[in-house]
Amino acid sequence: MKEKILEMKNLVKTYTMGDEEQVVLKGIDLKINRGDFLSVLGPSGSGKSTLMNIIGCLDVPTSGSYYLSGERIEDLPETALSHIRNREIGFIFQQFQLLPRLSAQKNVELPLIYAGVPEKERQLRSADILKRVGLAEKMKNRPNQLSGGQQQRVAIARALVTEPTILLADEPTGALDQQTGHQIMELFKELYQEGKTIVMITHDGDVAKNGSRIVRIVDGNLSEGVYNA
Amino acid sequence: MLKESIKMALENIISNKMRSFLTMLGIIIGVGSVIALITIVSGATSTVTDQVASMGANTVTIQVQGTPLKQGLTQGDVTKISELSNIEGIAPTISGQTTVAFDGKTMDEISLQGKNDVYFQNTEDVISAGRIINPVDTENKSRVALIGNDIANELYVGKNPIGQEIKIGGITYQVIGILQESDSFAQADTNKAVMIPYTTAMGVVGAKYINSLTVYIADEALADTTTRQIEGVLTKAFNGDDDGYSIVNMQSILETIAEMTSILSMMLGGIASISLVVGGIGIMNMMLVSVTERTSEIGLRKALGAEPKQIQLQFLIESVVLCLIGGIIGFGLGVSLAWVVANLIGTSFALTASTVLLAIGFSAAIGVVFGFMPARKASRLNPIDALRSI
Repeated sequence: MKEKILEMKNLVKTYTMGDEEQVVLKGIDLKINRGDFLSVLGPSGSGKSTLMNIIGCLDVPTSGSYYLSGERIEDLPETALSHIRNREIGFIFQQFQLLPRLSAQKNVELPLIYAGVPEKERQLRSADILKRVGLAEKMKNRPNQLSGGQQQRVAIARALVTEPTILLADEPTGALDQQTGHQIMELFKELYQEGKTIVMITHDGDVAKNGSRIVRIVDGNLSEGVYNA
Repeated sequence: MLKESIKMALENIISNKMRSFLTMLGIIIGVGSVIALITIVSGATSTVTDQVASMGANTVTIQVQGTPLKQGLTQGDVTKISELSNIEGIAPTISGQTTVAFDGKTMDEISLQGKNDVYFQNTEDVISAGRIINPVDTENKSRVALIGNDIANELYVGKNPIGQEIKIGGITYQVIGILQESDSFAQADTNKAVMIPYTTAMGVVGAKYINSLTVYIADEALADTTTRQIEGVLTKAFNGDDDGYSIVNMQSILETIAEMTSILSMMLGGIASISLVVGGIGIMNMMLVSVTERTSEIGLRKALGAEPKQIQLQFLIESVVLCLIGGIIGFGLGVSLAWVVANLIGTSFALTASTVLLAIGFSAAIGVVFGFMPARKASRLNPIDALRSI
């Protein structure tokens, strides 16, 4: 029996734009177990970014429930959501989102600063994790001295360093060429083999196939998909 | 966290060197001008008060104009004042004009001053050579004289005047000393003056009245009380007519000067601090630009777990660091300017700890006040919107 770490029940998200109410997520039911590699496949405008924001605790549902690690995520104060994000989620973005003024290692240390980890330990942990993603030689480089693939590896290291419950990746290969994208997917698969839980949002069916499980989101509705989608 | 924030603030300031410097310029000029003005004014103040104090902080000066019935003070009036408590000594002055002559040469329009030993004991550097008038001279109404520098040079060419005779108003005196050459700051020009014992002036020259008195007070703290008592004696001496004299308490003059200059320094400082406010607005502007520019960085930090107050702290520290650097540079420039000015106009230059604290405190306060709004704006950014704005 696998441990359930994420559960959504009849989750609805509505945005009000002027007078018009727009229902972006129309009753999502989703369960994720520890060790899953879930691909969320959907075209743009399907509501997949909103789903990602809610999974990542950047946003809260309008109705329905969302449990992450047994804790109900609702309209909590910003500070409480910050702590949950810091502890539970490892974000990986399409555009890497590295701070250009900081070295690779400093970038990886960033979430540890907010977790209150002392400097010595931050340095050890960030160095270890950068070795893990194959960047032992590039720790002191700044993002502009790294290739796109290397930058995404730094971003993955940053997501891994806090040992979060979920790695949440938004189009992680979207800004990379095919070959580099393939290498990043290989790294994701390795992480999956190691038992990490990964949620990957993508519009690309080929990329989605890397997951152990695929769900499709179309027009705010989620359905369990199949591999040869 | 604080250390990290300071480090990040410094990195950000350095990576935007030109912009940071231009923004700081407002603070530099503001702090610089406040510090320069305060230091210059306080230097000038201490120079003026030193000069006034050198005339004697513990003195009460009485100038006697006299009334038609009584044209000055008598020896008896002086005795009455000397019998009051808290009086250390009294130096009367009798002044007039006279002619001096030696060896067939004469000089007109010479100021004649009758003094006593108390004056010389309480006044430094009256003579440049010879000896002063002592109590025995005063007691005996001796015919001894101190002569001004110009008189010494004109009448005694090539000779040492000390020990020589001099005719003052036709009466022969012995020269016992030469008066210090007077500079522009002195109360009176003593270069063309002779000083003799005031008793001699009264007894020999025939002066009836004493024209002015300097009363030396034992305890400065009681100066006001003693001044009032002296006034009582004077009013009686002139039969209740208080137009006959004017009385000046040096201590109260010093207090007035101190009060006036502190108002002046606050006023000038206040005007200069307007430029500090302008500098602060510059800081606020730059911080707002910086928040907008770094929207996605703020979003990322929030996604990684930064609390709103940590974001706020980071931007607040950035603005305080910016202001402090500006404040330190401004302080350096202000102090240098004050030093140059003090040397140019010849006043004293003193740097007080309170000035240093003022500069640092002021610039830090500006950083907090004008950094608060941008920092709060940053802390309130919605992370989703912030991340989207790439």
